[in-house]
This record gives sequence, C-alpha cells and structure tokens, in this order.
Amino acid sequence: MAKEYETVIGLEVHVELATKTKIFCGCSTAFGGAPNTHTCPVCTGMPGTLPVLNKQVVEYAIGVGLATNCTITQYCKFDRKNYFYPDNPQNYQISQLYLPICRNGYVEIEVPEGSKKIGIHEIHMEEDAGKLIHDDWEGCSLVDYNRSGVPLIEIVSEPDMRSAEEVIAYLEKLRMIIQYLGASDCKLQEGSMRADVNLSVREVGAKEFGTRTEMKNLNSFRSIARAIEGERARQIDLIESGEAVIQETRRWDDGKEASYAMRSKEDAQDYRYFPDPDLPPVSISDEWLERIRGSQPEFREEKRKRYKETFDIPDYDIDIITDSKHMADIFEATVALGAQPKKVSNWLMVETLRILKERELDPEDIQFSPKHLAALIDLTDKKVINSTVAKEVFEVMFAEDIDPESYVEEKGLKTVNDEGALRKTVEQVIADNPQSVEDYHNGKEKAIGFLVGQTMKAMQGKADPASVNRLLKELL
Amino acid sequence: MANVIDDATIEYVGILAKLELSEEEKEQAKKDMARMLDYIDKLGELDTEGVEPMSHVFPVRNVFREDVVTNGDDRENILRNAPAEKDGMFVVPQTFEG
Ligand SMILES: [Zn+2]
Repeated sequence: MAKEYETVIGLEVHVELATKTKIFCGCSTAFGGAPNTHTCPVCTGMPGTLPVLNKQVVEYAIGVGLATNCTITQYCKFDRKNYFYPDNPQNYQISQLYLPICRNGYVEIEVPEGSKKIGIHEIHMEEDAGKLIHDDWEGCSLVDYNRSGVPLIEIVSEPDMRSAEEVIAYLEKLRMIIQYLGASDCKLQEGSMRADVNLSVREVGAKEFGTRTEMKNLNSFRSIARAIEGERARQIDLIESGEAVIQETRRWDDGKEASYAMRSKEDAQDYRYFPDPDLPPVSISDEWLERIRGSQPEFREEKRKRYKETFDIPDYDIDIITDSKHMADIFEATVALGAQPKKVSNWLMVETLRILKERELDPEDIQFSPKHLAALIDLTDKKVINSTVAKEVFEVMFAEDIDPESYVEEKGLKTVNDEGALRKTVEQVIADNPQSVEDYHNGKEKAIGFLVGQTMKAMQGKADPASVNRLLKELL
Repeated sequence: MANVIDDATIEYVGILAKLELSEEEKEQAKKDMARMLDYIDKLGELDTEGVEPMSHVFPVRNVFREDVVTNGDDRENILRNAPAEKDGMFVVPQTFEG
C-alpha cells in the first residue's frame, strides 16, 4: 500500500506598514515616486548617519501583536542582520532577533472540522530593502532606494498548517486583522503583504518533522496554493526514490509554475546578528500598552455580531460587508446619514460587487463617498429618478464620486412626473402599435411589456415604470 | 597563540566578507584572527557572573520620531554618492538571482 504523507507548513509573512514615513528617517513612503526621490543619507546607508525610530511603527506592531494574542516584549531592541547585496546599502538590515516585539500568539481559522489555532512564534519590526532593476543591455544593475527603510513587520507562524487551504485561511485572517487595524493595506500583488512558505512532509503518524524548504516570490493566493501542491509532490518524489530533501531556499516561477533552488553555497546564510548600537532600546510601559489596547478597533467578529443585532439585513450580506473594513465603514457611514440599511446593503451587494468584479478591483479600492450613496438612495426613494437611471448614475459615481443630485440635475435625468405629458405619450404609443394592443386584448399579457418599453423609450428613460404600467392598463 | 584558524574557516570568512585573499594574505589573516580570539579569551577570564550584557553605552531609551515627512526630494545630492548614475538610479555591477 502506498504510504500516506502529511504536509507541514509554517509561514513568514512580511507586511508593509501604512506609515507616512520610513522606519528610521523622515522620507516619504508614498508609492510610485520617481526613482530615489524619497531618499536621504539615512536610508541610503551613508556613513555617520543616525537612524531614529518612527513611533507609529512600534504602535502598529503592538496593535497587530495584541490582535493576534501575542505577549508584547516590553523591553525590546534592534539587531543588525549582515549581508552584502546592492539593494541593502548599509550592508546590514536593521531587524530584531533577540528581543522581537511580539511573541507566542495565535489566530483562529475556520477549517471543515471547526476552528483551529495557528500559533504565531513571533512578530518583529524591520526595514525593507531597495529595488534592483537589471539592465541586461548595459550589463549592469540599477538601484532605486525609495523602498529602502520602509517599515515592515515579519509575522512568523509555528509550523501548524497542514494544507494550502489552511495557509490561505491563515493569510486571509491576518489580512483581515491588519486591514481592520489600518496598519497596512495588505495587497499581495503590490507586495505590501508577502509570504514565504516553509514546507516539509512526513509520513502520517511520524513524530519528527521532515527536512524543510523555504519558498519565496509568491504573490497571489493562487501561486501560494500551486507552490504548496508542487513542493509537496516534489518532496514526496524525492523521499520515495530514496533521495534526501535538501534544506534550501527555492524561488517560485509563476510563469513556469515551478520552483528552483535559489541560494548557492557562496551565499551562506550566516547573518552574524548583533545588537544595533545606534538605536536605543524600546521600553513599552503598561500605560502605553493599555492605551493601545483601548484604542483597538472593533474587529470583524464583534462587528458581525453588532450588525446582526442592529440592522435588519441578511447574514449573507453581513458576511460580505464585514469582509472588508473599508466596505463596512462605507455601509455604516451611509446608514448614519439616514439611508435604510437594507437599501445600502443592496447597492453594495449588487452593483458595487458587480463593478468590482468586472474591473478586478478590491473593496479597498472603492472611492465613492457615503454621502453620495446616501443621496442616490434618497433620489430613488423620492422617485426623483427611476431604478434604471439610478444604476447609470451609480456607474458614474463609482468611477468619479460625483454628487448624484447635481449630476441628475445637470444631465436632466429626473423622472418626468407630469401626468399629462406621460398620458399623452402613452396614448401616442397605443395609437402607433395597434398589433401589440390587439395582442394584449387577445390575452397576451406579455404585449404590455413591449408597450412599456416603447413608452420608456419615448420618454428617454425618464418615466416612472409603475406610472407607465398603471396608465397603460387604464387606457387599454 | 592558543587559537588556531584552519583553512576552511578563513575560506568561509572570506566568502562572508566578499573578499578574495591571496595565499599570503590568507596566512596573515589566519594569524591576525587567532590573535584577536586569544584576546577575547583573555576577556573571558573575567568573572561576569550576574553582570547584564551591555549593548548600549548610554542609559537612553525610547528615542522616537513622529510619523511626519520631513525630507523632500534630494535625489541630486544623494546621487553624488553613487559610483555611477543612470536614469536617476545607482549603477552597480550586475547581480543575478539564483
Ligand atoms: Zn531617508
């Protein structure tokens, strides 16, 4: 009988924090600046410069630590991790090895058998590296240090995951917590969240772990899942054919859907860490800790519960809306402006999700303001515009966050409430379409649909469909 | 000298430091390193029982910056430190991943 194997997975997740400035200098972290326009002597590693820690980085790290049930290290320090690579101008990365800011936490994920705890070994603060661009034409590399010194936290899990599904559930949970905290936007594609996968296999029932490999360059949930399946199969093949798994770092190639070994012996991973003498230790008082604990946001579980108690909307809607902090904020703000919760939820669940899907956007990309959504709902409630026009206005509002009231005014989209004019049009439509009128009188109920359509067309879509229906039935 | 540095060690340290040493330099470096380690051993003779390891000279803690942008675009000056420049970037010898 074939042997059965168990996959053992641990994750190292890097998250770029949403601070305005870098971790050790006052340079902007804004995305997309021209190369090296967000740099200074500190983040380009010039001799004699002095790094000074951004307080917000510590607060975000503590926030994430508390939300993931960690113990906060109230006396923590920074260490230097030494390696030579041109994206790292100091020849060392400032990180934390001996006293990371958070330790011994966990998050709970949903699995088919119920819920499962995934342990968090530690969370530490560190700085990002610059970006290398390879110039094959000139045979050189070019370095942009705009990312150098951007604050990161690295969240190191315990090897508690057993499948790609568990890994993705864990990542989604982390992303949710961190987005709710506002500590990062956690976009895998853009690199503000990056996951390295440590994976080994062992026979089911074995006590010892197998030899693990580390997989890098995974920038979507899909590539993470593929890489896990691929690496599991590769390791099992090796074991079955009597070969040994070598502990190494492998790079995932998304195009080829395969991984290859990355580091050679020349790049021995011997980082010779030592305490950074430039950065004084960080001492986190009980008061500071309590202040951060007190200002933690309402997380998803609590929000869900509150929505169930407060708003009369289906559980399904609640799940989708609270899946994104940003969407939940829009929902609540719109309701606070007096819009009916179910109507707000409908706009989010139907039109908003449709457009997001069509344009491959995340809920975080929603730009329209709650004020404008509330105004649009008000316009339909008061029958100033009909639902077809409302959808058209919403499209424009989604793209440009226009004020629906003035837009409707400007474009002349108001429903014509002039009963006399509408009656006249209906009479004209009846006169112009004798065949449909006859069909209707012969019992073809459907014929009225055609007449409604013709009337709406004649009214340039600006009639109230219910009134059109009523008048048609009356006049026929 | 009590410490002896073997060839494998000096080779490895050379790789870590990205240094290419001639045979002569290797021999000299082995001697220098051994002497340094002897000195560290000497320090090790002190009784440090109950003494906290010191990583910082000054008894200072919690030196922070507020999260406010204070630096503007200083690319021109920064790039003066580059060995060579192209398209607003530092030019370095080609690096490969793998
Ligand atoms: Zn800087």
